[in-house]
Amino acid sequence: MTDRLRLGYLPLTDAAPLIIAQELGFAAEEGLALELVRVGSWAQSRDLLGTGGIDAAHMLVPMPIAQSLGLGPAYPDFDLLMVLSQGGQAIAVSSALEARLRDRGHGFDFSDPWAARTALAAAHSGQLRVGVPFPFSTQAELVRHWLDGTDLARRLTIHTVPPPQMADALAAKEIDACCVGEPWASFAVEQSRGALLLAGRAIWAAAPEKGLVMTRDRAETQPDQTGRLMRALWRAGRWLDQPDARGTAAEILSRPDYLNLSPELCERGLLGRLHVTASGELRHYPEFIRFHAQGATFPWRSIAAMLGARMAQRHDLDPNQAMTRAAGCFRTDLYRRHLREAGADLPGSSAKIEGAIAAPTAVAAEQGQMILGPDAFFDGHVFDMASLTR
Amino acid sequence: MLAKLAAALFLAVMERLSIIVVERDRDRALKIVDGLRASGDHAVTVIAEETGLARRIAEQQPDIVLIDVANPSRDVLEELALMSGPLDRPVAMFVDRSDEQLTRAAIEAGVSAYVVDGLHRDRIKPILDAAIARFHMFQKMRAELAATKAALEERKIIDRAKAILMKARGIDEEAAYALLRKTAMDQKRRVADIAQQLVMAAGLLS
Repeated sequence: MTDRLRLGYLPLTDAAPLIIAQELGFAAEEGLALELVRVGSWAQSRDLLGTGGIDAAHMLVPMPIAQSLGLGPAYPDFDLLMVLSQGGQAIAVSSALEARLRDRGHGFDFSDPWAARTALAAAHSGQLRVGVPFPFSTQAELVRHWLDGTDLARRLTIHTVPPPQMADALAAKEIDACCVGEPWASFAVEQSRGALLLAGRAIWAAAPEKGLVMTRDRAETQPDQTGRLMRALWRAGRWLDQPDARGTAAEILSRPDYLNLSPELCERGLLGRLHVTASGELRHYPEFIRFHAQGATFPWRSIAAMLGARMAQRHDLDPNQAMTRAAGCFRTDLYRRHLREAGADLPGSSAKIEGAIAAPTAVAAEQGQMILGPDAFFDGHVFDMASLTR
Repeated sequence: MLAKLAAALFLAVMERLSIIVVERDRDRALKIVDGLRASGDHAVTVIAEETGLARRIAEQQPDIVLIDVANPSRDVLEELALMSGPLDRPVAMFVDRSDEQLTRAAIEAGVSAYVVDGLHRDRIKPILDAAIARFHMFQKMRAELAATKAALEERKIIDRAKAILMKARGIDEEAAYALLRKTAMDQKRRVADIAQQLVMAAGLLS
């Protein structure tokens, strides 16, 4: 007996776990047939999920948190069940800004946030307009964090631009730079509309980008189906993090039904081989995007609390209440319950000090130990949920 | 007398709502505008260009913005809806947080509405009803077009399958179709599915 599930996704590289789960049979193994619904906007994805038009969604990690804080329409509660990807974002600058950065000798190494920030501050005067895909997005958090405390932060204005329109917005001088998930940063480069300045993971090594989101009601009343979906996506992520899988994944993602772009373009972010300029200057960024390894899929409650606290600050909400609500929609309990039998590494704790891990580190797990990947911020920032709620 | 007239005029001006329709397709936009005008005397503007959408909308300060739910530019409007600076006009998302039924009807029809805060439900509803009716019509047209396209595709596949059979078995068109139909009936499948399989297999063998 095969159950059909309708899953919403936006055409981005990080929709790979959903597409691979369906195309390579990980869903079928769990007795699921996934109907993948390509949606046009994050708002549409949220509305479809909120009104029952889809059963689950590939969604920006901050979105369910924003809903839990009442910053969206009144829908049933949303929960994030697992993280689907880390990283995969890039900051791109317009061609005009690229030229000014070059004139000042910036080398576009794509990995040094300090050098990129200093160069940007010198090369750009006046307001700095940065495009991001959605007001509640990892991209917006990354840009704010990167520029925080500098003169650029005072000049920064953040603008929502749909990813496929980033290239045009750069060309039309509506924005000076953007932070966007692949392949749309590479697309802007390919269209000769800009250059890549910095990888998202260079700012925050563990930046969680997309998650699997469902209504709380469905996740709790349909545990069997929910567990099967989570395991199918978790296995798809494991497959994706194998060294040889990425080329095949790019081929599948590029099909007209999915991203409808060339495999070569889809491959860049997946392989971490990015052309930073239209002339084809290549930068190698290992693990530019991660789908599975080193605890990447665990929905840390401390990440939710941190993002919730930042949103509360911007929208004049009570920070403690925001952190509690945010942490409540990251379902570490369901993650443990449904992925234990699949053999997932389960950390001993469901919260950690964010930003404290500089290199892969062994930590206590339910069974023995597990390795957690780096989660450091470039500036050494740490967030301790416990010290704030005390 | 004069005061009465002034009051009536004032009310008339107050009644006139400023509505923006974000729609690239000119025909669709015109149909929506017609529908809205029929629902009352409103100032309706169409924005077809998506670049700089936030700026254009902010300049016009509309009471209501209508946009296809699937339009990628919706996320730009979400940002406007969140603005809360002293000079910003607060925009409520959708009709009203409490009016779930109307929100749901709109989303199902494929239209989303962004409404300035404080606008009374009685004034929004007829406009949204008119928009919903138009969008329902588009949805039906789109579904019909898709069905026609699919039927045409199937027709083509069946023709190719017939051609393959005619060549391979040396039979005429009628016999080829009869063979396809019999196979379909035996396997409890659609003729188009059998044809699709045959064409694919032939492609592999050639």
